[in-house]
Amino acid sequence: MELSSFFLMRHEMVLLAIALILIIAEILIPKQKKSSAVHLAIFLFGIHTALGFFPLEESSLFGGMFRTNSLIHFFKNVLNIGVFILLLQSADWIQEKIVKLNRGTEFFILLFFSLLGMYFMISAGDFLMFYIGMELSTIPVAALAAFELVKRTSSEAGIKLILSAALASGISLFGISLLYATSGSIYFHDIIEVITSNNLTILGFVLFFAGLAFKISLVPFHFWTADVYEGAPISVASYLSVISKGAAVFILMILMFTVLRPLMEVWENMIYVVALATMFVGNLFALRQQNMKRFLAFSSIAQAGFILLGLITGTQLGTASVVYFVMIYIFSNLAAFGVVQAISLKTGKENIDDYNGLYRTNPKLSLIMLLALFSLAGIPPVAGFFGKFFLYTAAASEGYYFLVFLAVVNVTISLYYYLLVVRAMFLRTNENPIPFFNNKLYMRLGLGITVIGILVLGVYSPLYDYIYELSAVFNQ
Amino acid sequence: MDILSLFVVLPVLVIIALVFTKGLKQARQIAMVGSIIQLGMAINLLFAYLKEQSINDSIFVFTRDIVWFEEFNIHYNIGVDGISVALILLTSIIVLAGVFISWKTYDLPKEFFVSLLVLATGVYGFFISIDLFTMFLFYEIAVIPMYLLIGIWGSGPKEYSAMKLTLMLMGASALLLVGILGIYLNSNADGGPLTFSILEIAQVNIPFEAQKLFFPLIFIGFAVLGALFPFHTWSPDGHASAPTAVSMLHAGVLMKLGGYGVFRVAMFLLPEGAMEWSWFFIILSATGVIYGAFAAIRQTDLKYINAYASVSHLGLVLFALLMLNKTAWNGAILQSLSHGFMTALFFALIGMIYTRTNTRDITKLGGLLKVIPFISVIYVIAGLAYLGLPGFSGFVAEMNIFVGAFQNEDMFHRVVTIISVSSIVVTAVYILRVVGIILMGPVKNESYLSLPQATWYETTGVLLLLLPIVGIGVAPLWLSDMILKSLQPFLQGVL
Repeated sequence: MELSSFFLMRHEMVLLAIALILIIAEILIPKQKKSSAVHLAIFLFGIHTALGFFPLEESSLFGGMFRTNSLIHFFKNVLNIGVFILLLQSADWIQEKIVKLNRGTEFFILLFFSLLGMYFMISAGDFLMFYIGMELSTIPVAALAAFELVKRTSSEAGIKLILSAALASGISLFGISLLYATSGSIYFHDIIEVITSNNLTILGFVLFFAGLAFKISLVPFHFWTADVYEGAPISVASYLSVISKGAAVFILMILMFTVLRPLMEVWENMIYVVALATMFVGNLFALRQQNMKRFLAFSSIAQAGFILLGLITGTQLGTASVVYFVMIYIFSNLAAFGVVQAISLKTGKENIDDYNGLYRTNPKLSLIMLLALFSLAGIPPVAGFFGKFFLYTAAASEGYYFLVFLAVVNVTISLYYYLLVVRAMFLRTNENPIPFFNNKLYMRLGLGITVIGILVLGVYSPLYDYIYELSAVFNQ
Repeated sequence: MDILSLFVVLPVLVIIALVFTKGLKQARQIAMVGSIIQLGMAINLLFAYLKEQSINDSIFVFTRDIVWFEEFNIHYNIGVDGISVALILLTSIIVLAGVFISWKTYDLPKEFFVSLLVLATGVYGFFISIDLFTMFLFYEIAVIPMYLLIGIWGSGPKEYSAMKLTLMLMGASALLLVGILGIYLNSNADGGPLTFSILEIAQVNIPFEAQKLFFPLIFIGFAVLGALFPFHTWSPDGHASAPTAVSMLHAGVLMKLGGYGVFRVAMFLLPEGAMEWSWFFIILSATGVIYGAFAAIRQTDLKYINAYASVSHLGLVLFALLMLNKTAWNGAILQSLSHGFMTALFFALIGMIYTRTNTRDITKLGGLLKVIPFISVIYVIAGLAYLGLPGFSGFVAEMNIFVGAFQNEDMFHRVVTIISVSSIVVTAVYILRVVGIILMGPVKNESYLSLPQATWYETTGVLLLLLPIVGIGVAPLWLSDMILKSLQPFLQGVL
């Protein structure tokens, strides 16, 4: 093995280096200047994101434990952009609230380690690497959820997350061990050869699926979602809802389409039921939420249900549509969370009723929120429409017309609660509305990028073609 | 830039210009100039089309085809025939009239005109699209601004009405979407590639089973927008709460999308499905025709009267389309146009009465002919046109519809036709009743004696709408020639 083959792990290496630099910076930077660590972290991560776009070869390392290819590479870049936006949006919060507690750098270090875990998870070539990645991605997030030590809800969120995550990964590990018992290997490329549909394998798969379903917050593994989102700092909730969910969906899809394809007859039916349950539960519970964070939590549960529409197909079209949708979803949801973050930081208000009359005082923020919600609901011409339409097409092309129909019914339900927020911002008036405020540079950048993403990603068709080409990797 | 894409690009440019305006004056001036240019473009398109069709035999002219999403074979594919040209002209006139009628929008004027133009963009885009995907995209763009338009600038239970309207129309688009995907995924039945292009799908023999399954989905999906009974309930509430210009656009243009979509997609692409299902939808639409007319008699709110009248008249459009013959279809298109102008005119007049008297309750109004003669006279004219008096557009349209419907020789068609024809009598009742109560008789309220006359912008808006009504009524032939010629290819499937 040559040293140069480590370049395949460029993403991981660079991110690890950044995390280590930050640890050193934490020691070196004097106490009064701690806020400069925020600039440093964002700057370094910006470079890392840019570096990610250089092309990479397709190969594997460590005897197949770690693999990378163009689609995985692309998806890591998508995650990078998401995290970068997230950092920009949370910079103000960190500088105002966290640096005072002398924990600014810590936030970035934990976040980067969690992201590193996701890289390993989606690059995994065997179940061991996969499991390590999954754990590495979860545990720091639990620490992050409990980050606002002064708030009891925050600690509650942290404990809830770590306990349910531990349980989920335990179950998942049990499933993996059953798969190992039936196939005699933990390497994906070995398992593909020998896996057959028998009871023990199916049991193993279902348990394994449960662990990932927890991360994607699919029904019935969604109970932690709303509580954790509500208690955790907004940046962390937003990280959980987009980055963590996106990565988990991606690896689940890869595994189902390659290693577990022989079990397709089983997982087809399973996904069908789970998709319906997730969409309906997410949407119906979102209807009556008052807190914006809980509201977005249930909305993101429902969105996960839509993603399953692409997973059920097992085709290249499905893969491409899922990746495309996840990318759009990252931008849309980050825009929504960004606005919630900005308002919460300035005024501490997080309820939908507090947003009454927002347009008259803060038109820009309201318009960004409007775009984000329309994109989540799938209203043209913003990106979400295209993402959803392609998911429907992918599912319908495999004959799931009825599922598509129910999904679109769900879109109508979801439109109701998205419009409730629009109603609050645009239709209602308020005696003491949220006063006008200007956002700082980082927040403006963070919101600006999401808006561009929402407006451009859908209409710009070469992007989809590109993803479609990449998706061929897993669908020979 | 081709002549058709301009119809989508120009409103977008006007919207961008509007974003930089300050205050009501600038906003309405920009909106007015933009709408006048659109009207000019529409008239230009009409003449260009008349010239083009004499030398070009294809179904759609001025076509342009750009590949958009290659994997799905989605194209930005546009083109027009006589029917879309006529409907584009209708849209541009009503948008301009709507801008004039909303001359005094004090609350968030900029946003009002922006939303209005977004709606217009969607409608234009819908009429020029000949690709199912783009068509669906523009359909939703046209529907969603209604929520803000009714919700922000409306009156009465506006939040409820806006939500009801949006959810019902979006729910309908759920059916529509599944139907469109169904057509798309069956468009390779003859061995070709999957396609969204209407012209290409029309060449394919979609299997009968698929036609039978997807026709009702597409039909209902579009017909909800065309106020098909029993899915019409969004319409009266929406009208009643909407501001004047929005009611005009809503009834005058937006509801036409329904009939147009049924004609363009459901009938053209799924002809066998249409024949299979026509009896069922004929019963529904005939019920709507009669039900709307009788419901209108019982209302006391002017807008509700007109809204139910629209349900009745647009029921006739669907009814005529389901008759599956040339005369009836010609009538359906003429009815779409004529109803568009008439109902927009009605809503404009109702808005003018409402801004003066602050009520739309007919029991409180009376003797308006003496105090505001201009508005009242136009109201009488509009009413007469509405009940199908010869010399106005309504007569030509309804004549064609019923003659066409009666050409079907079997018992069922004739009976429903006779029942539907009786709606004309009921129409006369509710129109004349309103005219009698609010315009004739003594002035009921002392304060009405000092009502202001129509202003210049109101007069302009109203005359803009009255002109085509008389125009179509007096000289219908050039229009029906244009329509009949465009109908030909669409009829081949069902004959």
